[in-house]
Amino acid sequence: MRATTARYDLIRGIWKENPVLVQLLGLCPALAVTNTVANSIAMGLATFFVLVGSSLLVATFKNLIPHEVRISAYILIIATFVTIADLVLAAVVPLIHKELGAFIALIVVNCMILGRQEAFASKRPVGRALLDAAGTGAGFMIAVLMMGAFREILGNGSLLGFSVFGESFEPWIIMILPPGGFLTLGFILLAFGWWRERKAEVIRIRQWPHGVASREEAA
Amino acid sequence: MRELPTVHKGEAAGAAGAPPPPEPPTVSSRRLMVTLSVAGAVAGLAIVLVFGWADPRIQAHRARVLREAVREVLDAPDRYKTLYVTAGGLSATPPPGVDTLAAEKVFLGYDAAGQPIGYAITGSEPGFQDFILLIFGYDAVAGRVLGMKVLESKETPGLGDKIIKDEEFVAGFRDAAAPLVGVKAGRRTGDEHEVDIITGATISSRTVIGIINHRLETLEPLLAAHRARLAAGETLAAGKEEGP
Amino acid sequence: MGELLWILISAMLINNFTLSLFLGLCPFMGVSARVGTAVRMGLANIFVLTMTAVCAWLLNSFVLPYAPYLRLISFIVVIASFVQITEMAIKKASPRLFRELGIFLPLITTNCAILGFAIFQTNRGYDFLQGIFFALGAGLGLTLALVLMASIRETSELSSVPALARNMGLVLIIAGSLSLAFMGFAGLFTS
Repeated sequence: MRATTARYDLIRGIWKENPVLVQLLGLCPALAVTNTVANSIAMGLATFFVLVGSSLLVATFKNLIPHEVRISAYILIIATFVTIADLVLAAVVPLIHKELGAFIALIVVNCMILGRQEAFASKRPVGRALLDAAGTGAGFMIAVLMMGAFREILGNGSLLGFSVFGESFEPWIIMILPPGGFLTLGFILLAFGWWRERKAEVIRIRQWPHGVASREEAA
Repeated sequence: MRELPTVHKGEAAGAAGAPPPPEPPTVSSRRLMVTLSVAGAVAGLAIVLVFGWADPRIQAHRARVLREAVREVLDAPDRYKTLYVTAGGLSATPPPGVDTLAAEKVFLGYDAAGQPIGYAITGSEPGFQDFILLIFGYDAVAGRVLGMKVLESKETPGLGDKIIKDEEFVAGFRDAAAPLVGVKAGRRTGDEHEVDIITGATISSRTVIGIINHRLETLEPLLAAHRARLAAGETLAAGKEEGP
Repeated sequence: MGELLWILISAMLINNFTLSLFLGLCPFMGVSARVGTAVRMGLANIFVLTMTAVCAWLLNSFVLPYAPYLRLISFIVVIASFVQITEMAIKKASPRLFRELGIFLPLITTNCAILGFAIFQTNRGYDFLQGIFFALGAGLGLTLALVLMASIRETSELSSVPALARNMGLVLIIAGSLSLAFMGFAGLFTS
C-alpha cells in the first residue's frame, strides 16, 4: 500500500481525485438533484454524513468483520446511515426531502461510498479513514454545488431562490430539466479536457527546443 | 461473497507494485452469521430509535399540508371531517382492514355555525409528463366547484407548471358550475360552466378539468346519498374532526 | 388495460429510467461502448428488474407494513441475494453465458436503477401486475437508452473528435441530446 501523508488523504478527494468530476462515480444523484442549489446542498450534506459515518464505523470495526462478508457488512452499515439521514431530512426539511425523493435512499448504491470503504476505510486507521471520507465528501459537495449553481442560474435565473438577473431574463429552462444535467456535467468535463490539453500543449512547447537547434532543423 | 470491482483507478495503480496481501485466515460460518446478526441488530435498533423521534414530526407535517390544502379549496372552513369512501357510501368510520392512509377519502368542511360548506375531493390522472394530483372543493348543494389546488405535478417548468403558478387559471375554478368545460382564452361565452385553458399548457389544463369532472361523475351518487342522510338529521358524531 | 399500457410506455419512453430519471448511469457510462455488450447488459437488467418487481411486491404486501423503516435494508438484502443466486445459477447452468456476462452481474447489484425501481414501485403503490409492467417498461427503456448510446459511440469512434472531448464529456453531451430527444415523447398518452 502506497504510503500517503494525512494531508494528502484529506485533499485528494477534493479536487485531484474528485469523485464526481474525475472518477465519475455517484453520477445518479449528481445529475438528478442538482437542479437547484438548495437541493444540491441537502444532497451534499446527506452524502457527507453517510460517508463519514460509515467510514468511521468500518474503520473502527474492520478487524471484527470477516473478509467473506465484508461487502454485506459495509452495505448494511451504509444502509443504516442512509435510512437515518432519510428520516432526519423528512422530519426537519420535509419540502426538500420531497424534492430529493428517492435519491436519498439511492445514496446507498452510490459506488463512491462503497468504493471508499472497500479501498480505504477497511485498510487504514480510523483517523486516516475519517480524513479520506471528509475529503471525498467535500469533493462531492463541491461538485454538486458547482453543478447546482450552474443549472439554477441559467435555468431559473436565481441562486438559492434569490433572483440574480432580474425580470427581463428569459430562463434557459432545459437546464433545470434532465437534459440540462447531462449537458452541464458534459460542459464541465469538456472544460477540464480543454484545460488538460492546454497544459500538455504548454509542456510540449516548452520541451520543444530541447535537443533541437532550430525550428528549421526540426521541420 | 464475490468481490465487487473497485473503480478507484489510483488505488489499483498504487497496489500493483506492492507485495501480495497475506492470506486471510478461514473463518467459521458461525462467526460470519453471528457478526452479521449482531450488526443487523444494532443497525435495526439505531433505525428504530431515529424513527421514533422522526415519525411524529413527519405525520404532523403531512397532516398540516392536508389541512392547509382543504382550507384553501373550501375557503377557510372552521373545521372539517374525514369521510371514507366505502361500498355503502360515505362513512365516518374507516372500512375494516384498510390502511387509513391509503384509503380513498373525502373531506367535509363546516363553517362556524356548524353548517356544511362543501366536500374537498382529491383526484389524480396522467397529465403531460406524469400524474397530476390535485384537491378541489365542491359545494354539492349548488353544484359548484369552490376552489382547486394542485398538490403534485411533474409538468414542464414554465409551461405545464402554470397550472400551479398561473393565479388566474386557479381562480377560474372558483364558483364554476360542474361539469366544467374548458375553453381557450378569449373564447368565453359567459357560460358559468366555463374555465379558461392556459395557452401553451393545453394538455395540462385539460387534465386538471378532466380530473374534477371524472371524480364528480364517480362520487356524485355517494355525495347525494350522504347529503340526504345529513338532511334527514343523521348526526356524524362518530369520526374524527379536525380544526383548520 | 389502458392503465397498464400507460405504465409500460411511460417507464420506457416518457419517463425513461436513464434519460429522464437518471437511474442506471454507471452502466450507461461504462458499458455503452459496444452494441453487443449493451444489448446483453440490457437483457440482464430486464430480467433482474422483473424479479425485483415480484420480490418488492411480496415484501410490500406481507412484511413491510409492520416495519416501514426497514424498507431500504430489506430491498438491498433481497437484491444482493437475488443477484448472487442468479450468478451461481448461471454459472452452473451455462458457463459460457456466465463468462460472457462477466462483470455485469455483480455490477447490477450496485446499479441504482434496480433499487430506484423498487422504491418507485413502492411509492406509487403498484400491485403485482402493475409492477411487472413497470419492470418491463423500465428494462426496455434502459436497454433502449444503452443500445442507442452504444450505436452512436461505435459510429463516432471513426470520426475525428477534438482532443478536449476525448473523454466522458462527449458521452455526456450525447446523453444530453438523447435526453432532449426523449422529451419529445411527453404527451404521448393523454386522457
